[in-house]
Amino acid sequence: MQRKRQTIRDHSAEANLFARRATVAFFIVVCMLGIVLNNLYSLQVEQYDDYQTRSNGNRIKVLPVAPNRGLIFDRNGVLLAENRPVFSLEITPEETNDLDDTLSRLSTLMAITDDERENFESKLKGQRRFKPIAIRTKLSEEDVALFSASKHLFPGVQIEARLARYYPYKETLTHLLGYVARINKKDLQKLVEAGQEANYAATHDIGKLGIEKYHEELLHGSVGYQQVEVNNQGRIIRVLNVDPPVPGKDIVLNIDIELQLAAQQALADQRGAVVVTDIKTGGVLALYSNPSYDPNLFVHGISRKNYAALLNSPDRPLINRATQGQYPPASTVKPHLALVGLEEGIITEDYTIMDGGRYQLPNVSHVWRDWKKWGHGKVNVSKAIEVSCDTYYYDLAYKLGIDKISEAMYEFGFGDFTGIDLYEESDANMPSRGWKRARFNQPWYIGDTIPVGIGQSFWTTTPIQLAHSLNTLVNRGERYIPQIIRGFKKADNSVDVLPLKTLRPLQFKQQENIDIVLNAMHDVVHGSEGTARSVFKDAPYQSAGKTGTAQLFSVGQDEKYDADKVDERLRDNAMYVGYAPFEAPEISVTVVLENAGGGSSNAAPVAREIMDFYFRDRVFDTDIAQVQP
Amino acid sequence: MKKNTLNTNKISFLQHIHIDGWLLLGLLVLMSVGLFTLYSASGQDEGQMQRQFTRLGVSFIVMFVLAQIPIGAFRRLSTYAYIVGLLMLIAVLLFGDVGKGAQRWLDLKFIRFQPSELMKLAVPMMVAWYISQFNLPPRTIHIITGFTLVAVPTVLIAKQPDLGTSLLIASSGIFAIFLAGMSWRLIGFVSLLGGAFAPIMWFFLMKDYQKQRVLTFLNPESDPLGAGYHIIQSKIAIGSGGMDGKGWLQGTQSQLEFLPERHTDFIFSVFSEEFGLTGVMVLLGIYLCIILRGLIIANRAQDAYSKLLAGSITLTFFVYVFVNMGMVSGLLPVVGVPLPLVSYGGTSMVTLMAGFGILMSIATQKRFMSR
Repeated sequence: MQRKRQTIRDHSAEANLFARRATVAFFIVVCMLGIVLNNLYSLQVEQYDDYQTRSNGNRIKVLPVAPNRGLIFDRNGVLLAENRPVFSLEITPEETNDLDDTLSRLSTLMAITDDERENFESKLKGQRRFKPIAIRTKLSEEDVALFSASKHLFPGVQIEARLARYYPYKETLTHLLGYVARINKKDLQKLVEAGQEANYAATHDIGKLGIEKYHEELLHGSVGYQQVEVNNQGRIIRVLNVDPPVPGKDIVLNIDIELQLAAQQALADQRGAVVVTDIKTGGVLALYSNPSYDPNLFVHGISRKNYAALLNSPDRPLINRATQGQYPPASTVKPHLALVGLEEGIITEDYTIMDGGRYQLPNVSHVWRDWKKWGHGKVNVSKAIEVSCDTYYYDLAYKLGIDKISEAMYEFGFGDFTGIDLYEESDANMPSRGWKRARFNQPWYIGDTIPVGIGQSFWTTTPIQLAHSLNTLVNRGERYIPQIIRGFKKADNSVDVLPLKTLRPLQFKQQENIDIVLNAMHDVVHGSEGTARSVFKDAPYQSAGKTGTAQLFSVGQDEKYDADKVDERLRDNAMYVGYAPFEAPEISVTVVLENAGGGSSNAAPVAREIMDFYFRDRVFDTDIAQVQP
Repeated sequence: MKKNTLNTNKISFLQHIHIDGWLLLGLLVLMSVGLFTLYSASGQDEGQMQRQFTRLGVSFIVMFVLAQIPIGAFRRLSTYAYIVGLLMLIAVLLFGDVGKGAQRWLDLKFIRFQPSELMKLAVPMMVAWYISQFNLPPRTIHIITGFTLVAVPTVLIAKQPDLGTSLLIASSGIFAIFLAGMSWRLIGFVSLLGGAFAPIMWFFLMKDYQKQRVLTFLNPESDPLGAGYHIIQSKIAIGSGGMDGKGWLQGTQSQLEFLPERHTDFIFSVFSEEFGLTGVMVLLGIYLCIILRGLIIANRAQDAYSKLLAGSITLTFFVYVFVNMGMVSGLLPVVGVPLPLVSYGGTSMVTLMAGFGILMSIATQKRFMSR
């Protein structure tokens, strides 16, 4: 401080210098704040829209809301598939005082398995602490009651309800309704390909089988959206806006659940299938495949063990025999063949053969036998149907030739999909020269043609095909595609019926030819020698039908040869197709029983039981009827 | 006349307790605005509000106490403060505590202390003292010595590393030299030299994280989830505030916590989001008034030391404002400078108010002398 100054200071000059510099400094300060202000003006005014959008993008999230799945009713309004709340127990880690303590106290309340605990802990690691995590996904009613009583002891633990599909009729409708289950990777890929993934953003389950799968689009509805404000961690602060989802349509089926139950009961524990259709519309009134299983098992994810049991069962419960089971039609197609023969002029009403129980081609040593060892004697076309004479049809098939048969039967729907509203359908097989060449690389031999006359020799059909072809015959060529869905349920509980699905009608040269065939089928039931006469004895209604006994044991496509079961499975398939009332046909009934023996003794009684049930409240005129030409 | 007398009395009362009324008014208005903003920015956290109140109280006491000390005492203390500060900076580099990846704290057993805060005042004091020894404008040799006095602590602090503080300290010393009348030609030359020094800084002196900050600043969108996240969210907050703002406590960027460090370095973004450009202009006005008052005090000061010190303190205060606003709005890289007297946080606030205490000492001392 004692430093000596070398020159005398000019205080006023220094003050002026400082004043100038301070002024410059202030000017610079103003300029620089101007730059800041200019930048803020650019952000807050010029780019305001952009930043406001980005700010909203930060805070506003749009969450999809799943639509409620449409319900399924039978034709009388009985609920077949419903949405029931299922309860899950969820823990929000952040809201518990002490997670470990909560878990241990919870396990004294309800036994928490190691699996559940492990599952919970693995989810815990990957999730925000304010997001609830399920510890048990399907609470029993007991658990719900138990927990609700002591809820106050468990902060951060709550019961969450979600709607899940429930099928009250369980195995009765499995093959028909199918089921829904959790959307898996494959489903997701299909949804992406269909451009539907946004619509399924919040959806838990998707139709996997049956009607649930076929009519998925109708049943699902469209997704809704909830606009929410979130913070930087994604926690929902409040709901800003809701665009509600459009629920799926409630659909009504042609199915009559009581008839379906009757069909199930009639089949009892026999492997096989029953199809009951409304002849005038093609509507499917009942469709049952035995054995069946409980579809509810699949809704919440079937256990490996249960699934393996279903998959490996020799009875093949997973196959829908009514639409996927491929059976030789056997004698049930004789009316169709007869009609083709009449139409083609190869046979006439009066044409007869002498059946000695065996049939041989000229210069061929092979003998084809009739089911009746000593033959039926003199047989015309009507009798050939009534008594199911095989020899007559060996001859007819020989005279028609495979090409005509194949073509005509394809017209009746054999060897083709019927178009029923189920994806689980097989087209079975109507053999032809081309098919044999493609399948076995072999020519068609004349010996192949002969058994085609009795519905064997590579010829397979599905029960729904049999029903469809019978309906076409009874409807004199009018063709209605079998449909399970009937329409939509409207708000006032009335039904918005869908238009019938039809195919181009088949043309016949002579209506009388159809009369001959149908009357012969009536004789099967009511004639003195009819193969089903004893079964339908004293029935209050007139019906017509045809029995069949197939000599093969093939079931679905995946059947494996099982040495232990060989005896049982070599037994004949019993079949029956029939319709009633004869004068004014309403329903057709198709019955296929695997390895049950003869059609007249085994399948026809099942058909009768179903028809009896259908007509239980009706009073009929007991005069013997003839079909009106 | 009567009014005038009253006025004189009032001034003389403030004069008596060594308080500059206008400056006090400016600081009080600023702090009030700051507290309102902090209430919003902290997410209505009462604990933080209480701690901030306490700090403001302590800072006011520090200011008041320093205002009582005659400026001559500061002048005499200049060299000691500088030397002690320098030694402590070296000590920090050798034995300092590491906080947030930087050595800034010196643990003296009974108190944890940031020597760089002391240097924020000691450097301008030292430079002002040194320059004012000689006739103004200073000669080149004195300017070189002055720059050396600035450079040594600046480099030591930059090595901690604390870029923000070293920037503030460098500017405080340089302002003193500028105000002393360093010739424009020399200013031009030094600027060129500084430009040449920048690449050397980049390659030899800057730490990786500092380089990253600069790179992120140049293109924040290149790393929207990492280092660029802060600046992007801050710009969204400011921009979405628009002309009139979203309203107090209504800022979605801040209330929903998209904005990081919202109550400390980025509090200006909260303010801009909630009060818009209108509020920003008012806030800038308040800062400008304080700066103007500071420069007036400096200009009215009697001796060169007081003038230089007062001017330097005032302009450094401005640097805080400019750097903070610049960095949160994307004009400057993020260097960690708080918005003075608004941001939540203790040490810088005490230092700032200590500076204003010295300013008040200068402002009121002068009047006594002139009487």
